Amino acid sequence: MNLDDLLKQDSEWLKGTGPYSNIVISSRVRLARNLDKMPFSHWAQRKKQEEIMNMIIDAANATNYLKGSMVYRIRDLSETDRMFLVERHLMSPEHAKDGEFKALIMDPKEVVSIMVNEEDHMRIQAMQSGFNLMEAWRIADEVDTELSKQLPYAYSPKYGYLTACPTNTGTGLRGSIMVHLPALVFSTQIERVLNATAKLGLNIRGLYGEGTEASGNLFQVSNQVSLGRSEADIIDNIERIMRQIVDKEEAARKILLTKNHEAIVDRVWRAYGTLKSAHIITSTETIALLSAIRLGVELGVIKNLTRQEVNELFIITQPAHLQKLEGKFLDASDRDLKRADIIRKKIE
Amino acid sequence: MLCNICGKTEATVHLTEIINDQVTKLHLCEACAREKGAEMEEHFGLNDLLAGLVDMGTNLETEATESIKCPNCGLTYQNFRKIGRLGCSECYEAFKKQIGPILKRIHGQDRHTGKVPLKSGKTRDDANVLQDLRQRMEKAIQFEEFEEAARLRDEIKKLEAKMKGLK
Repeated sequence: MNLDDLLKQDSEWLKGTGPYSNIVISSRVRLARNLDKMPFSHWAQRKKQEEIMNMIIDAANATNYLKGSMVYRIRDLSETDRMFLVERHLMSPEHAKDGEFKALIMDPKEVVSIMVNEEDHMRIQAMQSGFNLMEAWRIADEVDTELSKQLPYAYSPKYGYLTACPTNTGTGLRGSIMVHLPALVFSTQIERVLNATAKLGLNIRGLYGEGTEASGNLFQVSNQVSLGRSEADIIDNIERIMRQIVDKEEAARKILLTKNHEAIVDRVWRAYGTLKSAHIITSTETIALLSAIRLGVELGVIKNLTRQEVNELFIITQPAHLQKLEGKFLDASDRDLKRADIIRKKIE
Repeated sequence: MLCNICGKTEATVHLTEIINDQVTKLHLCEACAREKGAEMEEHFGLNDLLAGLVDMGTNLETEATESIKCPNCGLTYQNFRKIGRLGCSECYEAFKKQIGPILKRIHGQDRHTGKVPLKSGKTRDDANVLQDLRQRMEKAIQFEEFEEAARLRDEIKKLEAKMKGLK
């Protein structure tokens, strides 16, 4: 399987299945792991970086979960391929920057991926569709346990897993949930939700754009603290708070449908109309309109599109995906044409 | 007054920059100020914030502390302050006096209560386990799961007795 084959499939996290997937897009767990006594990636000489990379790739190949998985050296990937992987959330934008001994290991289903020599020697990531953080943790935990049979981990009984940055020390765990909150934004309750969430030790930020100006009404919620709480406790904490946010969004959607019915239907169909007819469209405008379409599908206003199709549109309309689909480099204005073209075909 | 950068538009934003005790005053138009602002944001990233946190941890920073060097990877405490990243797992031991307070400031705790890697041959400290049990009990009470809280209370008592016996 090669990178282009991924274009033919939907990432696990885009499937639109799993609990509360009308509101929660995906759940992700990331574990930071390092090798004992080996210099961290930013501080290691080239030779060490290479040794670290090879050790990790060998170990991954020896696990049940990752044997036969895809392994890429970042330096061998084109700029477009790197951005393509970032857009699919298989690696961080940071990892896409040049680095001779950076690598990405991923299973073909796009559930598990490991960034090698990012900030830490390993960033193990597991993704699930919908509100399913515990399952994402279970998978990451399993892969991590298998790897720990092969690799000597940097670990201290007092501080736990030792990481390059002290903000990740302890469990090395960052759990995050991507959530679509159009009704809370529309009813201007979002500010209160954001503030309350931040006070409870969680980070909440817009997936695209900054702060409360989140375009597409897509937000990412994650834990701040990684030390002094067990993994299950951290996950449980995020889930409990998330459940309340999800309830609030559901309630807001119900109210929209009854009290602001015409306004919401108007907004949904206008978005639909624009996407169906536009011949040139930017990615910012696309994200904002797709958000309205997604709400329309969830509220049963739009019936000829599925949740999965809308989720997919969020991804395939991004720059690297457009270029992979076209099979060549496209500048910004060409992309705006291609984007409109793809959307029109999907929506009709 | 015209903008110092483009020299075309009226300056509406007035900036005072202090770099190495050198004071520079800049008068900018809105467009140039926005560009300059983006540039400044880039300069003020996570690294700077972390480095600041590291500084706060040890007000009594002496030259002796600055020059502590990790015997395994050669990173000095000064390096750590500058880049906000440690050099290897052994740095945690080399800078142990400084790192404890830093971790506490970031996480509010300085004891790991989570997973233990299989191969390490290590187990969790009793003190860490105790912290975990107490947190879980508090949470169980908070969510009115009293049976679970009672079970945890018994476990805590057992562990405390064991730890006292060892002393």
